[in-house]
Amino acid sequence: MAIREDVLVVGGGIAGATAALAAAETGAQVRLISHKKSTLRQASGLIDLLGAVVEDDPASEPSGPVADPFEAVDRLPGAHPYNVVGVEGIREGLRIFDGAVGDAYAGAHTDRNALVLTHGGTVKPTARYPESVAPGLASVEEKTLLVGFAGLTDFDATAAAAHLDATGVPFDVDGATVSFPVEFRDDALTTRLAKALDTDESNARERLAEAVDDHLDGHERVGFPAMLGDDERREVRAELEDRLGAAVFEIPTGPPSLLGLRLEDLLFDALDEAGVRIASGNPAVGYETDGGRIESVLVDRRGSEVPYSADEFVLATGGLVGKGIDSDRESVTEPIFGCHVPHPEDRYDWSYPEAFGAHAFARFGVVPDDDLRPTDASGEAEFANLRAAGGVLGGADTAREKSAAGVSLATGAYAGRRAGENATGETAVEEATR
Amino acid sequence: MSETPSVLVLGGGSTGCGIARDLAMRGVDVTLVEKGNLTHGTTGRMHGLLHSGGRYAVSDQASAEECIEENRVLRRIASHCVEMTGGLFVQRPEDDDEYFEEKLQGCRECGIPAEVLSAEEAREIEPYLAEDIQRAIRVPDGAVDPFRLCVANAADAIEHGARVETHAEVTDVLVEDGEVVGVEVEHASTGGSADGLDSFVHGEPGETSELYADYVVNATGAWAGQIGEMAGVEVAVRPSKGVMTIMNVRQVDTVINRCRPKGDADIVVPHETTCILGTTDEEVEDPEDYPEEGWEVDLMIDTLSELVPMLADARTIRSFWGVRPLYEPPEVGSADPTDITRDFFLLDHDERDGLPGMASIVGGKLTTYRMMAEDIADHVCEKLGVDAECRTAEEPLPGSEDFSVLRDWMDEFGLRSPVGLRSAERLGSRVDDVLGEWDGPNPTVCECEAVTRAEINDAISQSGTELNAVRIRTRASMGNCQGAFCCHRIANELVPEYDEPTAREALDDLYQERWKGERHALWGEQLSQAMLKHHLHATTMNRDGDPAASEETVDFGAFDAGADEEHGDARAAGARTGVADGDS
Repeated sequence: MAIREDVLVVGGGIAGATAALAAAETGAQVRLISHKKSTLRQASGLIDLLGAVVEDDPASEPSGPVADPFEAVDRLPGAHPYNVVGVEGIREGLRIFDGAVGDAYAGAHTDRNALVLTHGGTVKPTARYPESVAPGLASVEEKTLLVGFAGLTDFDATAAAAHLDATGVPFDVDGATVSFPVEFRDDALTTRLAKALDTDESNARERLAEAVDDHLDGHERVGFPAMLGDDERREVRAELEDRLGAAVFEIPTGPPSLLGLRLEDLLFDALDEAGVRIASGNPAVGYETDGGRIESVLVDRRGSEVPYSADEFVLATGGLVGKGIDSDRESVTEPIFGCHVPHPEDRYDWSYPEAFGAHAFARFGVVPDDDLRPTDASGEAEFANLRAAGGVLGGADTAREKSAAGVSLATGAYAGRRAGENATGETAVEEATR
Repeated sequence: MSETPSVLVLGGGSTGCGIARDLAMRGVDVTLVEKGNLTHGTTGRMHGLLHSGGRYAVSDQASAEECIEENRVLRRIASHCVEMTGGLFVQRPEDDDEYFEEKLQGCRECGIPAEVLSAEEAREIEPYLAEDIQRAIRVPDGAVDPFRLCVANAADAIEHGARVETHAEVTDVLVEDGEVVGVEVEHASTGGSADGLDSFVHGEPGETSELYADYVVNATGAWAGQIGEMAGVEVAVRPSKGVMTIMNVRQVDTVINRCRPKGDADIVVPHETTCILGTTDEEVEDPEDYPEEGWEVDLMIDTLSELVPMLADARTIRSFWGVRPLYEPPEVGSADPTDITRDFFLLDHDERDGLPGMASIVGGKLTTYRMMAEDIADHVCEKLGVDAECRTAEEPLPGSEDFSVLRDWMDEFGLRSPVGLRSAERLGSRVDDVLGEWDGPNPTVCECEAVTRAEINDAISQSGTELNAVRIRTRASMGNCQGAFCCHRIANELVPEYDEPTAREALDDLYQERWKGERHALWGEQLSQAMLKHHLHATTMNRDGDPAASEETVDFGAFDAGADEEHGDARAAGARTGVADGDS
């Protein structure tokens, strides 16, 4: 079975999905291939654009939180992927995102960052946030109650409230720990709690509201770790608000992150709607080339290599976490196409002695040209029809900058659009023959 | 001077804690001071081998005989700290036949049970041994948890009336009329232990106190020379560093030794959920400041993969270095630290230097810590005229008293089977006290090592806000993820007993300590893991950009306050949801 598309996107995270959507907008026939579940399960589900400026100089401290990310882009180091796509590219990425997720996310009404509560008890700047997070913004002066669960170790409401108070938030905040109304084994995952609220198992919603009500004392809003339902999340939250007489919001969590998983669903729904073909479950392991151009990407399907052909390709396999960038004791590599990844020779220079220091590894990735094509060591494009997007790109410490999702959106939108424009336009689907 | 003779023990490693326990059991009034946490020096930085004695059976038979004797004692008194994995001395084609025979003979001479296995038999026990190995000798090596062992000794010493002061650094040895009468210590901050839960710390941060006693025992290992200097005597310890590299899983379940004369990188010890590769032997000037270099890690992996080939591509999670407190009488003058005996020496400074009131104990190894402690306790008792027998070889340590409590804890405490099992292994007979007494939900806090809230809180009740002390007691944050998923959870357990800034500071300390060792394993899977950790703590939690930790105040008004920015109305208009506007 020969598989042929105009554009083939490799990778199913935020960058891959955005690239596929952008390519589809140009009228191209697009396929997205992904190996396994994306890393969104581990992500907060927030769309950070730029929350702190991290200079090239390892000795300088990041400056933040940034209130206006668009204004701060100018201060980024030269190799930053944002500098390839520019402010317009960032706006383009947000446009595609906003269109894809609709009213499930908020934040599009302003250029300014919002300060959102983290499960570690502080605040962080972000550009787009799930609607369930919206009532909890730290700039809104409403007396707040944080609620944690006795069996949930990842979020301690008392500690978080005290910590939040230490950040100087302009409102009073208290913490309370309650028992989840349905009994599970002691370390049940948040996903299990969400399910119980979804199905209203044993009147879970009413009983949760009763448990929280004991702690309400003029609080105008109540924050829970993000586990307030899954499919029925709007209903769950509305019912709790109704019963408590206060706004209810969610606080993004670590893995398993329901908000991240929901975002993944939203993006894949949008891909379906845009007519993007999706093939998942098998890893891309190599490619075929005529020299200057890639002809196909080889996908390992139970031991046999199946070529996926296209005119244009987008590499969106992620960074070190998603294995889009790999390493051994001597070197750092991009495993599918073997694109050049610059790195210090001595692996002890890859990291910094301070845990939150200026780690070189945080910036590992391919080096794009001015059209987002990965370049070789001499600065020439590796392939004429390969562009890179998201975490696989180097040059930015997106963790300290709080820019990972934004870089994925902006470069995904750019790479996808350019790939779509460059594709022949002839959609030669030859799936019938083998 | 009180009626009960008093002894000051310097050093909270296995030897110091062993001495404190021994003397306390004999009715002596003991105070132990340690400048860091218990195990802070060498004890906490070893590969966890419970020697059968096989390693010394050719070169140092006196040590070998002590090892096998104490190996048997520890299995009896510290069963919850010991895993009898068995050990193999494996011969490769290039290894000398004659040495193999000497090793076998040596084991038999020293009373170490030793059995020759064919290559096939050895590979049946350890399938990942290289295909070209020749044969092996099986000996009763094991794995011992040095943290648990040391803490159990200290706990039992306290049980018998001893006082243990951690974070109390000796700044001077007090000499009056030509006799050692005590020491001056400076108390360090441990991150706030205001309400006295921290039973191991007594002084106020920054404060110095003078402690007096009838006798002082210098059990500071690699630091013994520094204490000697304060007293004006020379103790020529020759600190020698060795690297240990921790793997992510147990590639082997048996201790694997290379059967050849001394050499670097010749042992793999299965330890809890990991394997530890060791080691090197290189003399250093300063036991606290020496280079930790990448080539040493490479040497472990490259050399030991000759024995276990899969190690070449396996994932390492961190590396650490320890400093052996080697000692030899100055007249021996070995040039190479590997030639220095592993035996221990009791230096009576009265006899040796004309300075009464103090003895130093140097050399030795963890496996024989109890015997060393017994020797020095005998010596001290003789000096003080105390007539009491040593009972440490017979009386089990707390946690090892009663085998019957090691039943299936899953049902008993509502824990999933592997979690219950691991808890029971760590806690031994204390499991009833720790898990059984716990009130409230008992979720797993550290998933890699299966440590529950009850166990964390038990450790906090012993060691206060010092989370690295909680770590060594429980193994929490010592698994594959190196605390990515649990450092903050552990810190959360400090609240509300301790206030939030204290918990935050404790978290930062633990996080940084984990990072130190992770840096030696940053490639492949573990680099990927480190990046995930960086994202979870920086991206998701914003711990690196936390306004609470910054001098600058945040202008909250400059940020987005929601789609409807009129204060008070935000929820009525934009943010509040309703069922009516449809579900997704």
